[in-house]
Amino acid sequence: MGMNAIEKILARKSGQEIVKPGDLVVVKIDTAVSFDYGKLQIQKIHDPDMLVLLHDHVVPSPTLDAANGAVKMRKFVEKFQVKNYFPVGRHGISHVLVAEEGLALPGNILVNGDSHTCSSGALNALARGMGPSEMTYIICKGKSWFIVGPTTKIVLEGELSEGVYPRDVIHYIAGQYGDFAGRNLEWYGPGLDKIGMDGRLTMATISAELSVEFSLFPYDKVLADYLDGRAKREFEPSFPDDDAEYEQVITIDLSTIEPQVVLPNKVAWNSKPINEVIGKKVDQAFIGSCANGRLSDFKVAAEIVKGKSVAPGTRFIMTPGSQEVMRQATRAGYIETLLEAGVVVTNSTCGACYGGHMGLLGDGEVCITASTRNFKGRMGSASAEIYMGSPATVAASAIAGYIVDPRGA
Amino acid sequence: MSNKKVTGKVWKFGSDINTDLVIPNFAIYLPRNEQPQHCFVANRPGWVDEVQPGDIIIAGTNFGVGSGRPIGDVFVDLGIAAAVAETFNGLGLRNCVNAGLPSLPCKGILDAFDEGDIAEVDWGTGEVKNLTKGTVVVGQALPDVLQDIVEAGGVEIMLKKEGYLA
Repeated sequence: MGMNAIEKILARKSGQEIVKPGDLVVVKIDTAVSFDYGKLQIQKIHDPDMLVLLHDHVVPSPTLDAANGAVKMRKFVEKFQVKNYFPVGRHGISHVLVAEEGLALPGNILVNGDSHTCSSGALNALARGMGPSEMTYIICKGKSWFIVGPTTKIVLEGELSEGVYPRDVIHYIAGQYGDFAGRNLEWYGPGLDKIGMDGRLTMATISAELSVEFSLFPYDKVLADYLDGRAKREFEPSFPDDDAEYEQVITIDLSTIEPQVVLPNKVAWNSKPINEVIGKKVDQAFIGSCANGRLSDFKVAAEIVKGKSVAPGTRFIMTPGSQEVMRQATRAGYIETLLEAGVVVTNSTCGACYGGHMGLLGDGEVCITASTRNFKGRMGSASAEIYMGSPATVAASAIAGYIVDPRGA
Repeated sequence: MSNKKVTGKVWKFGSDINTDLVIPNFAIYLPRNEQPQHCFVANRPGWVDEVQPGDIIIAGTNFGVGSGRPIGDVFVDLGIAAAVAETFNGLGLRNCVNAGLPSLPCKGILDAFDEGDIAEVDWGTGEVKNLTKGTVVVGQALPDVLQDIVEAGGVEIMLKKEGYLA
């Protein structure tokens, strides 16, 4: 029996012929990404060239603690001569930045102290989040362990309808199939041909909310074109064997999917087609984060709000995923359109998505968001309600003042 | 006789217990010793005042879903002796193991216990006894490599011993 694309990377990086579900493998880590707070107490590191260091969760520093964390990070960069360091001004949310900068590469193993690291699965990289102590271990030792999980193959067919976005697809899967704890996803099918890198990165990012171990997209023409002239190193894409083993195959006809909204407090088993939530009044609309802070998200929002105004009683905040997204959105005229409609466009930061800064929710407030999570208390008050929708759903709802179907807006 | 047995009073939680409930957004950047007092304040206010060192957490599926926030550190600091769940989120499990918290995925655990029952968890073999009811369920003990991390008290202690950390 052959191996799937995820198993083949794990086999190669652990120096084994074959790996199978249930195996524990110890692998060499290619790239380790760390943000905000440098681990100053580290005395020796494995290899400075495997590191990517940056500031993203609280940028520019809103507190003295954050400022001192940034000082520590810069001292670490200097001490260990870390080349891949992105200071404030060249910053971005880690998962957005490593894709843009060609540092997340096919067939590589990439880890990061943030749970949405599976975002880089869109680049055919085996990528996952780690906790802080484990990041310290990897920075010191250059290796880690994985338990090989069973893999579900998702086959996308057809084409998304007008007003429906990749964000709706991953919400649909969360609603229909729940969580995939301890398991992997591999994405294939002709439906992917028309989903660009921004959309794939959204789906790979939100895979974290499905509790996947890894979420891996194929190395195809879309990805090859994206990496052309961008990739910072040689890479070896991973393709499944013809007789690869999958635990199950889920086939989805994209044309049948409607806009999907995730209800508050959890993501798995918690999505509804939009017609079941229309009319919910919103205090805040937010588009940003590693999930939806990319140029195509700004384009969608700008097109929807053009010539209109954010509803009285509602505030609409957009946060680009990187300085580069901000630059491109400015050049394209999206930022001006958004400002004219009364949208607040912030600097790139993880910011409001995790209740860090610039867009927290007060007691009892309702938010519709295209960011990563809707957990109780996530974006501020524990009594706030967080609904999640596509950037189109969010933008259209901000104009209406309540949740609306973007197809009718 | 396994030396990996812990016995304690059970606190029961449901499915999808997430990281933001364990470490709320406002507590992320607090000093480590101030974080535990905010654990579960949104879903179970007052719990941290009732939980005792040696108690055991039993939960449903998808335990620890969410961010990289080090939930294991909080549970260890509260004196939790073990976490047993129907299924763990992968990152949640890593953060428990790396903090040195005995952790065990165990199908059927939620139905096997009522809150307040006394559990004996053998995280070396995976056997969980309900000493109150006299019943047994068997979970999937973690691979030896991970049990060794737990036994050592977590990865940071291992790294300190090897001179990597000050």
